[in-house]
Amino acid sequence: MQKRGIANLWGSVGAIGLLLAGCVTINIYFPAAAAEKAADKIIDEVWQLKQEAKPATPAAENKGEAK
Amino acid sequence: MNKWMSLCFIGMLAFASAALAAADLEINTPAITALKNSMQARHGQLTAHYASGAVGLTRDGNVALRDASSVPLAARQSVNGLVADENRDRASLYREIASANGHPEWEAEVRSTFAQRWIDKAASGWWVQNAGGAWVKK
Repeated sequence: MQKRGIANLWGSVGAIGLLLAGCVTINIYFPAAAAEKAADKIIDEVWQLKQEAKPATPAAENKGEAK
Repeated sequence: MNKWMSLCFIGMLAFASAALAAADLEINTPAITALKNSMQARHGQLTAHYASGAVGLTRDGNVALRDASSVPLAARQSVNGLVADENRDRASLYREIASANGHPEWEAEVRSTFAQRWIDKAASGWWVQNAGGAWVKK
């Protein structure tokens, strides 16, 4: 009975290990979609692509950038 | 025990999808903001050269002097300087984004993502490099 309990304990430890390994695996993949989103945001700011539609006041521009 | 493991596996999958969905790259560091501002200021000087075809967007996320003959001799030096400064800022930007997100090894992938997006967003009439490295007018 006690042996069984220990086996269960090791099983849980193994499962938690797998879970952690899973987290690490997820993190090392390059997040392509997020990178594309970040690139779009930066390019729009550097090339000032999203300002025609907005009033050309500095305050409005700053708000647009902070978004 | 098997039941327990499959439950764990399902939990892992759920966690993985949640983590992927929530992923957003950190781009609001002082270094990235400074680079953005510097590139934005330079862009005003570069647009004329993009439009004339003197400078084009390369497939590796840089800019390059494509047609030196379309720049008057006297201005060639300054265009070369603009191109060099722009490429230096771009290299720093790609490196900063990768390291701001804790993965300096992502730099090359950040660069290729940007390369694609610069080209996609380029105005019509600008010159860009296609996948084979040839210059095409958008």
